[in-house]
Amino acid sequence: MALDRQTQIDLYTTMLTIRRFEERVAAEFYAGHIFGFIHSYIGQEAIAAGVCGHLTKDDRIVSHHRGHGHCLAKGADMKRMMAEILGKKTGYCKGKGGSMHIADFSIGMLGADGIVGAGLPIATGAALAARLEGSGNLAAVFFGDGACQEGEFHEALNLAAIWKLPLLFVCENNHYGVNTPASYSLAAGEITRMPEAYHIPNKAIHGNDVEAVYEAAGEAVALLRRGEGPYFLECKTYRWHKHYLSDALDDLRPREELESWTKRCPVGSYQARLLREQVLTREECAGIDEQILARVEEAYRYGLESPYPEPEEALEDVYSG
Amino acid sequence: MREITYEQAAMEAIQEEFRRDPRTVHLATDPIAVLQEEFGTERIRVTPIAENSFVGAAIGLAGSGFRTVVNLRMATFGFVAMDQFINHAAKITYMFGGQARFPILYRMTVGAGISAAAEHSVTPYPMYMNAPGLKVILPATPYDLKGLFKTALRDDNPVISFEHVALGDVRGEVPEEEYFIPFGRARVRREGADVTVVALAKMVDEALAAAEELAAEGISLEVIDPRTLVPLDRAAIFESVKKTGRLVVVDEACQTCGAAAEIVALATSDPATFAALKSAPARVCGLDVPIPFSPPLERYAVPDKAKIVTAVRAVMA
Repeated sequence: MALDRQTQIDLYTTMLTIRRFEERVAAEFYAGHIFGFIHSYIGQEAIAAGVCGHLTKDDRIVSHHRGHGHCLAKGADMKRMMAEILGKKTGYCKGKGGSMHIADFSIGMLGADGIVGAGLPIATGAALAARLEGSGNLAAVFFGDGACQEGEFHEALNLAAIWKLPLLFVCENNHYGVNTPASYSLAAGEITRMPEAYHIPNKAIHGNDVEAVYEAAGEAVALLRRGEGPYFLECKTYRWHKHYLSDALDDLRPREELESWTKRCPVGSYQARLLREQVLTREECAGIDEQILARVEEAYRYGLESPYPEPEEALEDVYSG
Repeated sequence: MREITYEQAAMEAIQEEFRRDPRTVHLATDPIAVLQEEFGTERIRVTPIAENSFVGAAIGLAGSGFRTVVNLRMATFGFVAMDQFINHAAKITYMFGGQARFPILYRMTVGAGISAAAEHSVTPYPMYMNAPGLKVILPATPYDLKGLFKTALRDDNPVISFEHVALGDVRGEVPEEEYFIPFGRARVRREGADVTVVALAKMVDEALAAAEELAAEGISLEVIDPRTLVPLDRAAIFESVKKTGRLVVVDEACQTCGAAAEIVALATSDPATFAALKSAPARVCGLDVPIPFSPPLERYAVPDKAKIVTAVRAVMA
């Protein structure tokens, strides 16, 4: 499938936006300006970009603890994201959620969920809503190889299968649950054996190749919009950082393994391809980067200069209405 | 006035509200014929036996603009879905800064008395009271159930209705015309002067029976049913205790860290209420044991009229 130039540039821009955002978040975290847990999405950008490239704001997604990339790819406001990560009143959740719980219901981003596997049942509800609305909308849920070890994963696959829900399961297989390899934890071996058992059409792809993700997600989304769901897409990838950024957590993964994946950087390899195929010039690439860095800078400044919530605001929003 | 059963009252409330709002869904592990016939199998859905999946699906539906009723049947099955209840349903409004509303009514039965043994005779609403973000209702009559359901089905929060297993077939007066019972409004089931008895769920009936018996001895009980535990009508309890000067709280749930403990703590921490007390408040609760199977053991483990009478005499002594 040959993509048109604008789609290629959009995919590249989305990936680079996530990369630059996450680099800034990591830098500020290590400088002591951001507190709490930061689960960096660096290394996995092609998946959010390739999948969300097919979604409209009426499609709904559910994300996980490593959720910044999904928010950005779905169209969330970078300034409000950064403010939330900094715990500020102007953040998406008024400082109550932080990095792990960013949501923007106005664009169909139903929230990042910090409990491994727990987003899958929630996404079945979003998919049922899409089906009842009858407008060809769908839901997509992002999760990792770790979630495939949870009972909720199996419950959600079964439910989606028997109800034929328009739900796209996007497994971001980064091969580790914290430091424990999925090869140890998953008896099934290949993850796609599990959707296979539930008679859910599935495919495993190289998740660092954004065009491969975009093409596979496009085929899946077309099926779902026709009412032929669900679908399961396994994207094999690797996170570059530790499970979460911290000085205390050791990264026990083999160095050579990490290096073999950083050589297959989703952003760098796609940039090289776009240059090679003369889709973009070096100057154009530099221009895109410059714009993104300026947006990230603006977002960080916005977050930094925004006020903290008043302490008593801790009592607000426990209930609606 | 006409009489209908507790469960019929539930169905009426659901039918009325599902007619009014087409963006409503019902999830349960069994088909419910009366609802399926009227609203179809797309909206009245049968789920697999996978509690986390459908308790969570209701959250996703809510986040997508739908209202859902989830019938878990027994509260013991609710434990299977504790991840979705506690980590998600309770927190999601708050954690996302109030961006979205999560209108869900979860139903489950509680209580002992049917020889169902330990796993199927649980009374766990105190655990849910400890998870801010959930509302907890405890209808004790068909009238209260319908009125509380009507309110729950227009509330924009996750509400859990705990329904005593022995009440399902109980009949009671329910008006034909529409009515709503607001949350956080206790009902004085019997006015009295000597002892305030706050009773929960099926214990309301036991407390009323105890009041009848003690009236013959000249002891006058005021029986209060809070009807909802979150929110709780503290003012009604305080006012009654200030009048009677004595407090007994009756709950079938285990005594430790229970609703009764909370009610006693609230009453004794309110200076004016505390000052009015003539004797130490008492709790009449389920024993801190799993509910046993054999009828004599089971009866021993939960409160009844006789235990309430004994407790009242003690606070009067």
